[in-house]
Amino acid sequence: MAQEMHIVLKNRDKINPLDINDYLAAGGYQSLVKARGMAQEEVIEEVKNSGLRGRGGAGFNTGLKWSFSYNIKSDEKYVICNADEGEPGTYKDRIIFESDPHIVLEGMAICGHAIGSKKGYIYCRGEYPQVVDLLKKAISQAKEKGVLGDFDIEVRMGAGAYVCGEESALIESILGQRGEPRFKPPFPPVSGLNWKPSIVNNVETFANIPAIIHKGAQWFTGIGAKSYPGTKLLSLTGDVKNRVCIEVPTDTTIRDVIFHFGGGMRNNGQFKAVQIGGTSGGFIPESLLDTPIDFDSMRKIGATLGTGAVFVMDQSRDIVDVVTRISKFFEHESCGKCNPCREGVFRCHEIMKKINKGLATEEDLEKIQLLCLVMEQTCLCGCGQAAPSPILTTLKHFQEEYEQKLLPA
Amino acid sequence: MVTVTINGQQYQVPEDVTILEACRMNNIDLPTFCYDDDLKLAGSCRMCVVESPGRPLLIAACVTPVFDGLTIETESPAVIRARKTILELLIARHKMECHVCEKNGDCRLQDYCYRYGVAESRFTDGGMLHFPIEDPNPFIERDYDKCIMCTRCVRACEEITVAQAIGVKDRGHHAQISTAFNGKLEDSPCVFCGQCVMVCPVGALTSKVSAAYHGRPSDVDKRVLTTCSYCGTGCTLELNVKDNKVVGVTSNRDENFSPVNKGALCVKGRFGWDFINSSDRLTTPLIKENGEFRPASWEEALNFAAQGLKKIKEEKGADSIAVFTSARITNEENYLAQKLARAALGTNNVDHCARL
Repeated sequence: MAQEMHIVLKNRDKINPLDINDYLAAGGYQSLVKARGMAQEEVIEEVKNSGLRGRGGAGFNTGLKWSFSYNIKSDEKYVICNADEGEPGTYKDRIIFESDPHIVLEGMAICGHAIGSKKGYIYCRGEYPQVVDLLKKAISQAKEKGVLGDFDIEVRMGAGAYVCGEESALIESILGQRGEPRFKPPFPPVSGLNWKPSIVNNVETFANIPAIIHKGAQWFTGIGAKSYPGTKLLSLTGDVKNRVCIEVPTDTTIRDVIFHFGGGMRNNGQFKAVQIGGTSGGFIPESLLDTPIDFDSMRKIGATLGTGAVFVMDQSRDIVDVVTRISKFFEHESCGKCNPCREGVFRCHEIMKKINKGLATEEDLEKIQLLCLVMEQTCLCGCGQAAPSPILTTLKHFQEEYEQKLLPA
Repeated sequence: MVTVTINGQQYQVPEDVTILEACRMNNIDLPTFCYDDDLKLAGSCRMCVVESPGRPLLIAACVTPVFDGLTIETESPAVIRARKTILELLIARHKMECHVCEKNGDCRLQDYCYRYGVAESRFTDGGMLHFPIEDPNPFIERDYDKCIMCTRCVRACEEITVAQAIGVKDRGHHAQISTAFNGKLEDSPCVFCGQCVMVCPVGALTSKVSAAYHGRPSDVDKRVLTTCSYCGTGCTLELNVKDNKVVGVTSNRDENFSPVNKGALCVKGRFGWDFINSSDRLTTPLIKENGEFRPASWEEALNFAAQGLKKIKEEKGADSIAVFTSARITNEENYLAQKLARAALGTNNVDHCARL
C-alpha cells in the first residue's frame, strides 16, 4: 500500500519551528554550507538534474529557471518566495512554514548563491499574519546565528488579491503597484523585480532544495513519477474523511490519495467528483481516478496538479451549483487588466447563475463554451486562461447535470 | 534580419521588432485598442492576437518579439472567433449611442465591429454597469459607460504629460479609470492638457469645448495644420473646420508634421480656441476718441501709437516709457521688441511676462 514520504515535511512535529537550534541539530543549514562550497554552475546543474519542477502550479524545471538568471550579468538579482497561497483549498505552504520555516530560508539562500543574489523576499498572503510573525522570528534567528551569511531575506505581506500569486503580479505588488500581471516575455528570471533577474519559486519548491543538495540529484530522480520526480504536498478538503495535508511520491494515484490517505468518503457518501489544483483546476470523475497525480499525467486527462489542493465531492453535491460559486470567485478576483478575463469571468458567472436557476437554454451552454474557449486562448495571464477550466471540464464530464437544469425545449 | 511567415508569405524583418511591428512594416493591419506608438506596452486588449501553428494559445502581437522561423496567421478562424468574442464582450459594457456620440465615425470600437460584422453582443446576461458622469470641469467629458479600459489615457497622463492624475481603481469588471479616491479632475494633478482625449480610441473621453454638436471629427470639412498662437513654443495643432468655422482642435502626432510637440498640447492650445468665432473678438484696431472706441485701419492705429510714444518721449524723456512683452510672441519677436525699446525709443526699461 502506498506510503507517505517526507522530504519537505521531514521535520514536521519533530522540531520546534520557533527554535533554530532544533533545525540545526537536525542537520539544518548543512546543505547551504555544502552549496556554498560548490561552484554556482554545479548547484544549478544539480537542481536541474534532479528534475525538480515548480510546485506552485506551472511545473517548470527549477534548475533551468535558475540558469536563466545566473546567465545574466546584473548588479542586482532577487530570490522571491511565492507564499501567496491564494488557491482556495490549498494550505500546504502554511503547513510547511508552521512546521519548519528554516527549510525554506535555506532553500532560498542556496538559490541566492546559485544565481548570485544577495536579497530575498517572501511574499506571504495577508490572511496568514501568524505565519508572517513566525517567518520574521525565523529570519532574525538565522541572522543572529549568521547562517545566512550576506544573504538578506525580507517578508512582504499581500493584501488579499488572488492574482498576486501569479509571479509578475506578485512582483508588481512588492513594488507597491497594482497587483496586475505583466505580459511575457520578458519572464521574471530575466527581468523581474526592479526589472532585474528574479527567481520566483513556490514555498514547496524551495523546501525541496536542501534535500536535493544534501542527497544529490540522482536520489531525487528515483522518487515518484519520472517526468515530475519527488513528492508533492496535497491538501485535502471537502467530503473526504481525513481533511489533512499529506506528502506523497508523485506517482501516487488520485484514488489512493482520496481512499487511502484521505480515508475515503465522509459520512459513507458516494464519490462524485474531485477538483485538483485549486479553484482553476479541472473536475475529475470516478473513471479517471487511477491517474497518477504527477503534472504530465494530470495534464493528459485535461486536469491539472496545480497547487495540490484536493477538493472531494460526494453524490449530494450539485456540480452546477459548485461551478457557479467557483465562477463567482473568479469574477471577484479578476484584476481587470485584460479584456477577455475582465469581461469574460463576469459574463461566465452571469450565465452560470442563469443555468443554475434553471432559466438557461441549449444556446446558453454553447455561448458559455465559446466564451470559455476564447478566454483560455487569449487571456493575458494564467488566471484568465485557467478560470474556464472548471466550467469546461464539468461540461465534459457532468454534462447531464447541466442538461437537467435547462428550460424544456 | 530574420525570416517570418505571415499568412503564408515570407518576409524579412529586423530581429528586434514585435510581431505587430513586423506586420505593419508589411502593410498587414492588426486591430489594436491598447497599443500606442508613443506609450509603454500594455498587451491587455488582446485584439491583436494571432495564431501560430502548434501553439495552443493565441499570441498578442504587440508584445511578442519575432524570431527566425516564426509562422503566424493573422486572420485565421480561431483569431477571428477570438476578436469577435472580445468585441462582443466590449460592446456589452459600452453605451451604444453612436448617433449622438462625438466620436462617431472616428471610433476604433465602431471600426472593428464593422470590420468583423459584430452587430450586437450575445453576452448581455447581467446587464451593464453604469458609471455616473459627475466631473464638473469645463474641458474634458469623461463618460466611462463608453470606456473599454485600454488604459491609454492613464499611460499618456503618466508618460507624455507626467501628471499621473489618473489610474485604475477597483478590479475585475468594476475596474474604472479614476483620479485618486475617485475625486474630481480639478482636485487632482490634472493640468487639462487633454492628452487623454487625444489617445482615447472610443468616445469615453471627449472635449467639452467642441461638444454640443458643433461638428464631429468625421463631419469636419478640413483640418488646417497650423502653429499654436498662445506662446513661443510653437506647437503644431490642427484646426478642425466645418462650414468655414473652427469647430475643434486636434493634434497631429506625426513628428514630420508636428516636430515640436508630436501631438501633445496644453490646455490653452487644445481647449482655448472658442474665441476664434466669438462675437466679442476684436478683428480690427480701435482708437478711443471722446471716451468711445471707433474702428481704425492698422496704418492709422500704428501711426496713432507712434505719435503718442514720441510725444511722451519728448515731454517726459525716454525712461518714462517701458516695454513689456509677452510669452505669446516668439523669441525673435521678443528680440525685436527690446531692440525697438533700446534703439528707437531709447530706453532700457524692458521686461517680459515670463520673468515674473
